[in-house]
Amino acid sequence: MKLYIPPQLTRLALAFAIFISLFLVLRHFLVPDTFGQYGHYRGASLIDNAQPEIHYAGQQACFECHQDIQDLKAQDVHSEIHCETCHGPGQKHVLSGESSDILKPTGREFCGLCHAMNAAKQKNAVFQVDLKKHNIGKNCIECHNPHQPWEMKK
Amino acid sequence: MEPHYQHLYEILANAQGYIFPNEIDLQWGILIVVYPFITGLVAGAFILASLERVFKVKILKPTYQIALLTALSFLLVATMPLISHLSQPQRAYEIMITPHSSSAMAIFGFVYLWYLMVVLLLEIWFDYRHSMVVWSNEKKGVMKWVYKILTLGVSDISPRTVKWDRKLGYIITVVGIPSAFILHGYVGFIFGSIKANPWWSTPLMPIIFLFSAMVSGISLVMLVYMVISHIRKKVIDVNVLDAIGKYLFFVLILDFTLEGLDQIQRIYEAEESFEIIKLLVSGKLYLTLFVAQGLVGTIIPLITLAFLQFYKHKIKLRKTMYFIVSILVLIGVYSMRWNVVIGGQLFSKSFSGFTSFKVGLIGLDGTLMAAFWLVLPIGILAFLLWLLPPWKMVEEEE
Amino acid sequence: MSQSTSAMGNEKIKSSRRKFLKSAATLAGATIGYSWLKSSQVLLFAAEPKDESLPWYGIVIDIEKCIGCGSCAKACKKENDVPIEPFFFRTWIEQYTVKNDGSVNIVSPNGGIDGFEQTVPDEDIFKSFFVPKMCNHCSKSPCIQVCPVGATYDSPEGVVLIDEKYCIGCRYCVQACPYGCRFIHPVKKVANKCTLCYHRLKKNLTPACMEVCPTGARMYGNLRDKNSELVKFLKEHTTQVLRPNLNTGAKLYYNALSSEVR
Repeated sequence: MKLYIPPQLTRLALAFAIFISLFLVLRHFLVPDTFGQYGHYRGASLIDNAQPEIHYAGQQACFECHQDIQDLKAQDVHSEIHCETCHGPGQKHVLSGESSDILKPTGREFCGLCHAMNAAKQKNAVFQVDLKKHNIGKNCIECHNPHQPWEMKK
Repeated sequence: MEPHYQHLYEILANAQGYIFPNEIDLQWGILIVVYPFITGLVAGAFILASLERVFKVKILKPTYQIALLTALSFLLVATMPLISHLSQPQRAYEIMITPHSSSAMAIFGFVYLWYLMVVLLLEIWFDYRHSMVVWSNEKKGVMKWVYKILTLGVSDISPRTVKWDRKLGYIITVVGIPSAFILHGYVGFIFGSIKANPWWSTPLMPIIFLFSAMVSGISLVMLVYMVISHIRKKVIDVNVLDAIGKYLFFVLILDFTLEGLDQIQRIYEAEESFEIIKLLVSGKLYLTLFVAQGLVGTIIPLITLAFLQFYKHKIKLRKTMYFIVSILVLIGVYSMRWNVVIGGQLFSKSFSGFTSFKVGLIGLDGTLMAAFWLVLPIGILAFLLWLLPPWKMVEEEE
Repeated sequence: MSQSTSAMGNEKIKSSRRKFLKSAATLAGATIGYSWLKSSQVLLFAAEPKDESLPWYGIVIDIEKCIGCGSCAKACKKENDVPIEPFFFRTWIEQYTVKNDGSVNIVSPNGGIDGFEQTVPDEDIFKSFFVPKMCNHCSKSPCIQVCPVGATYDSPEGVVLIDEKYCIGCRYCVQACPYGCRFIHPVKKVANKCTLCYHRLKKNLTPACMEVCPTGARMYGNLRDKNSELVKFLKEHTTQVLRPNLNTGAKLYYNALSSEVR
């Protein structure tokens, strides 16, 4: 007895074979080249993620020109604070050398970001000043040199 | 302040307690509410159709093809709300070509394809092949060719081949039932597997989704059957409604029990997230959870259906009651999807506060878009009923 | 296969097998076969990178040192072109205030960029502290687990990164992160998060938040190097990760973490 294969079944098998092959061929061309190079992701994405331009130059870049400030800073409590904490992103200034490309913050509020009183600040983490009482009306840098805060200006 | 962020500033001003700053904007809006609602309808409608076929429930015969075509119409649209909510929809194909094996969402693509291509389309094809061959011989012009293409050129309608249609169709149905369970259980898993979200993360989520899917699908088929009969000016067979109503009643009891158990478990265990969830359900979700999903969508239909089991009211009244019940249940299940999807994003993962959500009318993530994806399947169904009218099928002797 | 001399029959089987293998190999070379091969390779993941020569980064945040100045959050936005709006942060600072009545007040106005005003009077405070938040660079990361296309991944250095050219914007990762560290970039329309300033690390610079932190409350280092500052710190202090119950494999360790922190 000959095995009977219903014609609709063979036709469907053909249709599915075409569909799956088409999918696989399309897939072959659509999958990015570096996909799966290191894991289930586009390997080239690692390079993409390393590409963006930096905005913060890092304090070594600052010290290459501003040796004097480095020396000044080293003598006082701000020695551990990097330049760009206060001066903002410096890469543009490093490249251009223009003083307009770097921030020179002033004002009690700016210093207050670190030094204003707040119960959440640990007593020994930072020196806290009551801005509501301490020399009202004066700017901090009138008396304190920001690079050497305990050397009072005369 | 850019006008682009205006709505975010409004939400920020209305946030209660503490929320993480990145949580102000809700990530998944109304489209993701519509998505599990639609897939649920598909799974439910298919399971009802399978009842007739596998368990030989003769009384459901008039709804069999309607249920299958309803399932297909909604399934064709099921992924659209998902794709249209992507912020890079042109890259959607990546899910198919580089699916991440550990991602519930990626594997959904294949579960969906399996269900569409291997289950629904095949079952409908085997059912209609004989009729399509006959229609293609009867018709002239374009339609002749349309049917010819739909048969994939298999024009053999000898009794032996036709018998195979039925046999293969049966096998597909048997495979299809677990597939339908998996399809919608899987949608539940997409939410239930997010361990970061205590409102979603429960092993019961897939099962709850499945039973609410069956509830909604059965109601939809009941509704569609009534509407189609009305349009065709045919008498609605109240015995069919009674039979569907009975199934709806039992599944609704199961669904209600499961969701109740889930909540009892939550309340009793009262884990870390309990306080915030208590505030969530008694506050922002009160209307949609207790009123829309609980009272309107579950309690009232349950009581009505229970009554209908014991008291045989006048036929006209019964029909009206079934009509109203099916609409109420659909509203209830839609609210359930809302409560899961939106509710799960309203509280902060810091468990210390709430953000708020306002649905816009227009825009890619607005009400109109969601309504469009809900109405489109009805249009497709109308087209399918015209192309493949169940009432004109070739009768086959058993 | 055995190298010893074999009987004639055995040789015959061998040669026919060789023939078969040859033709099978030819078949496998067909386009479809090749795409199959490639597909299985991608589906099963390429092997986990185990390059011992690369560092494996971890992070420490010392809560005792944080003074809530907001420099880190500000610098992060400037370095990584994150919109200056109060909804998008790769790093932010929270102030926790536990009151004498036991209630906990948490605030993070503009992510802490503009500093913190003390909102609860001293006499009502039981304790108060700042908690800087950022990506935990989890080694069993829930966000990577759920990404459907492989657009976010663990770099060989243990940094969780995003492929902006491949992300489809489904937001599943945002939902999956228990720490609220991800958001959808409003301009790029793809997921965004802390990269530990991967572009700076590759240029031997410290991440921007750590460059500007005035008190050294943040540090990063190589967890593989048992002599690194970071490992030494972990050895000498009692540290904790956030939400240890979720088993995310977080590599951001907090020193002096209080139980109120989520």
